[in-house]
Amino acid sequence: MSTAETISLRVNGETVRQTVEARRSLVDFLRQDLGLTGTHVGCEQGFCGACTVLVDGVIVRGCLMLAVQCQGLSVETIEGVSDKGEIADLAQAFAGRNALQCGYCTPGMLLTAQQILKAGGTPSRAAIRAQLSGNYCRCTGYQAIIDAIEQVARTRAGIQS
Amino acid sequence: MKPVAFAYAKARTVDHAIELLSGHDGEARVLAGGQSLMATLNMRLSSPSLLVDINGIAGLDQINCEAGRVEIGALVRAAAAEGSAVIGQSVPLVAAALPYVAHPAIRNRGTIGGSVALADPAAELPACLLALRAEIAIAGPGGRRRVPADEFFRGLFETALGPRDVLTGIDFPAAGPGARFGFAELARRHGDYALVGLAAAAQREGEGLTNLRLAFFGVGSTPWRARRAEALLEGALIDPERLDAAVSALNQDLDPSDDLHASAALRRHLAAVILRRVVRQLTGEEPQ
Repeated sequence: MSTAETISLRVNGETVRQTVEARRSLVDFLRQDLGLTGTHVGCEQGFCGACTVLVDGVIVRGCLMLAVQCQGLSVETIEGVSDKGEIADLAQAFAGRNALQCGYCTPGMLLTAQQILKAGGTPSRAAIRAQLSGNYCRCTGYQAIIDAIEQVARTRAGIQS
Repeated sequence: MKPVAFAYAKARTVDHAIELLSGHDGEARVLAGGQSLMATLNMRLSSPSLLVDINGIAGLDQINCEAGRVEIGALVRAAAAEGSAVIGQSVPLVAAALPYVAHPAIRNRGTIGGSVALADPAAELPACLLALRAEIAIAGPGGRRRVPADEFFRGLFETALGPRDVLTGIDFPAAGPGARFGFAELARRHGDYALVGLAAAAQREGEGLTNLRLAFFGVGSTPWRARRAEALLEGALIDPERLDAAVSALNQDLDPSDDLHASAALRRHLAAVILRRVVRQLTGEEPQ
């Protein structure tokens, strides 16, 4: 029982071993200790979704999980997911549809969108909205983001748009 | 903001968790999914000296179904419960409520036990437990016990859990033939805490409903049964006059307050709207 722990985990496929303060959130660990600043810090209360990352393959709030809880787990950030090329079409659709302005919410939006798209098929706009409800965007008014996700869903399903 | 520094310990077993909690004299908190606790720590609304992480305790993430009961382990994540065929079939009220619990990223971490232990008065699951007569399984220094939902929720964020207790699971009666349920919630944004919500359960008998339980949330300091409305709807076929009488009775049953999100008058109005909606679900006029 202590206020610091040594943890070993995988981050974007690489093993990381580091001593962290118990109170260090996962998102602060990624940004400040590992320099992975693609994940953003917004409200630190779980409302905004800017800190969305993948833990063991599912999206979570990076501000509502402690780094020490990631012992033995696999964490992926926007950097890792982008490098793998698995969201290249989504990123392109966001740019093409003007689905971002300041870009602060975009890493979280992309990871959440990718989780929606992984379920397969062509979700309705209402279903996309419900799934995206935990990610704030203060610039776009959401329409363009939903357009982009809808477009990629159709393309991935082999439907000509 | 960042939390005040605290110590962290990973409990190996339930007994180990109780031992860790007991060593800190009310200053330790259980960390399950952390989806509410972490936010209160980040805002420095709470500053425990120790967090006891129960995520590594084996067996608490199981859903067991036997002899007409379904026990959902405390560490079952909301997302896992949402995808569970057993819960969909045998505890359909909970299955209907789960998509309203926060957002997907939060449901991936947040646990069933955590939501119940926190007992936010505007949360969905505590009201479902009350409607379904669930029992809460608790382990503490004095051994294990089960507390009925009717006795568990005691006040604003106050439950039957003591500072050295660990909530280990929730025990539901499995839905049998003729079991009916209804669920509705109104919030400003999907996934937000409800302005007003209603979880209801009943037994179909002939053309009417018996054992009717209406558990409102977001209208008081705990999930709250509308007992006068229940009594007015119990029994024979519900005609429009009886439904009107039950809706009127909500004025005595519920005592919502004003806050930033809605006035008491708006909450009363919305409670009446969703009662009508939920009664239609219970009687089969609207899909459950």
